[in-house]
Amino acid sequence: MTLEVEDLRVHYRTVKGDVRALDGVSFSLADGEIVGLAGESGCGKTTLGKSLIRLDGRMRHVGGTAVLDGDELPIGDDRAMNAHRWKGVSIIPQYSMSAMNPTRKIGKMTAELLKSRGKSYRALKDELVRRLELVGLSEKVLDNYPIELSGGMKQRVVMVLSTLLDPSLLIADEVTSALDVTNQKAVAETLVKFRDMGFVKSMIVVTHDLSLVYQIADTIMVMYAGRIVEKAPAETIIKSPKHPYTKALIGALPEVGLEYGDERLKSIPGKPPHLLNPPTGCRFRDRCPLASEECAEEPPVVAVQDGHEVACWKAEV
Amino acid sequence: MLELKNVWKSYRVGALGSKRLVAVRDVSIDVAPGEVLSVVGESGSGKTTIGKMVLQLTSVTRGSITLDGVDVTAKGHAQRKEYYRNVQGVFQDPFSSYNPIFKADRVFETVRESYFPQVGRQEWREKLERVLQSVRLDPGSVLGKYPHQLSGGQLQRMLIARALLLDIKVLVADEIISMLDASTRIDVLNLLAELREQGLGVLFVTHDLSLANYISERVVIMRHGAVVEMGETGKVFSDPRHPYSRNLLASVPQLHRKWSDDPVEPEPLEPDGDREIDPPPLTKVGDGHWAATG
Repeated sequence: MTLEVEDLRVHYRTVKGDVRALDGVSFSLADGEIVGLAGESGCGKTTLGKSLIRLDGRMRHVGGTAVLDGDELPIGDDRAMNAHRWKGVSIIPQYSMSAMNPTRKIGKMTAELLKSRGKSYRALKDELVRRLELVGLSEKVLDNYPIELSGGMKQRVVMVLSTLLDPSLLIADEVTSALDVTNQKAVAETLVKFRDMGFVKSMIVVTHDLSLVYQIADTIMVMYAGRIVEKAPAETIIKSPKHPYTKALIGALPEVGLEYGDERLKSIPGKPPHLLNPPTGCRFRDRCPLASEECAEEPPVVAVQDGHEVACWKAEV
Repeated sequence: MLELKNVWKSYRVGALGSKRLVAVRDVSIDVAPGEVLSVVGESGSGKTTIGKMVLQLTSVTRGSITLDGVDVTAKGHAQRKEYYRNVQGVFQDPFSSYNPIFKADRVFETVRESYFPQVGRQEWREKLERVLQSVRLDPGSVLGKYPHQLSGGQLQRMLIARALLLDIKVLVADEIISMLDASTRIDVLNLLAELREQGLGVLFVTHDLSLANYISERVVIMRHGAVVEMGETGKVFSDPRHPYSRNLLASVPQLHRKWSDDPVEPEPLEPDGDREIDPPPLTKVGDGHWAATG
């Protein structure tokens, strides 16, 4: 078991009060597992990714634990977390394009990064070059400034750098969103390759694109309003979703081969609740076609099958 | 109705405009009333430049763009203003299309000031409500609000409503739903399809093939500034003839079908060559289906 997250709560401080971006999230991640984390904007998926590596200034760790390889991550303590970053947990940020220092050549930047971790650039350079070649880049990029590379190339450089120290957990936050379909596929397949070659032990892929994450993930978790509403193997989520939100989300996806005339896709009416004062009970109930009185109570997490968990009153076992 | 004939566009780039970048090469396409034409391609393929040229936001280097047979290249401010009665655009990011300091409905007020100064308050209000209802928005819940109080889907539909106030014939929709959430983007897409049924011509610029497939009758696939394949959506997507189109279609992520189920190696493509020369000509490969040779 690589990662064990238990009832994690992270709030954002605002002048109006605490925004409960993560409100009791529990899940676990096995060795070699790729978990896809899907959901709409504002559902807390990026917050979950971030809280496992670095809380930004407005975020506050309110409760819950995350245990990585037997050690508890000091989520609330920025300085203590530093020892775990890169080697234990690593991240490919959402805007990799702008993640690099524009005033340094890539090789120099890497050397500085490694030095800050007490590693020798010279000792790791052969491995770095080997991995760059694996993603189709030549050694020459080390002598380039970030501005001289294209978006897809920068993305690949950041991917190699993030995984250079073989982290046990990698968080990939919307890594494909800014890319073209052809680049998207290459990047997604590289993530799988990194896992297969043992560069990273396990991975959380954060994305809003369900059809992309289905391609690469073993397990998919769907988040809604700060909570995980459904978790199941990727096949199961797509083929037999149980939670009404997951069903609606899949029903709203256009696919190649589907035309407006054939079948009208349906949107989900309404919008997600504000997390400043989240409603009690099921948070999807205002938009849910199946909602009834019992939904005013907190829905239980039901294991409908082995590895398939749903937080819904209406989930038939 | 809207017709582009052998349109070329080159930008001056580099220090003091020392280099030329050819963004669009010899593109000829047309949009009929009541039709959605999708322009698909990777970034840098020139699809946005086409939209910009149609909207007169940038000049045409060579070739012509005509609307109902009349050349659209405006000679002055008055002509341009007249042109915008017929053609309007909506862009990718709804949050930066609005000025956050003003209420969102100011976009309607500016239309009234420049195009309908003589219309009375009551009459304008009725017109506005009619238009808002036609984009499936409740006037009471969007008027008088600031942009940050509205969702991306609502803002985007308000921009479409603003365009519809002008009785437009052509709408240029440049990636209008790529920033919206999965649950709301479909509303905007279905709305475009409804407007099409009412006779609006839409130039739908996108990089997402599944959206193009869902909404448009005809599709144009572009690469390196030139058209590589065009034709009826069903034919192009079921039987892509150009290697680039085949690569694109193979890399679209789909539900119910994994890439690993039938792995296909991307076919080799011609590298980006001299963009100044004419691109390979399109040949007819089937009924209503053209592809570039080579």
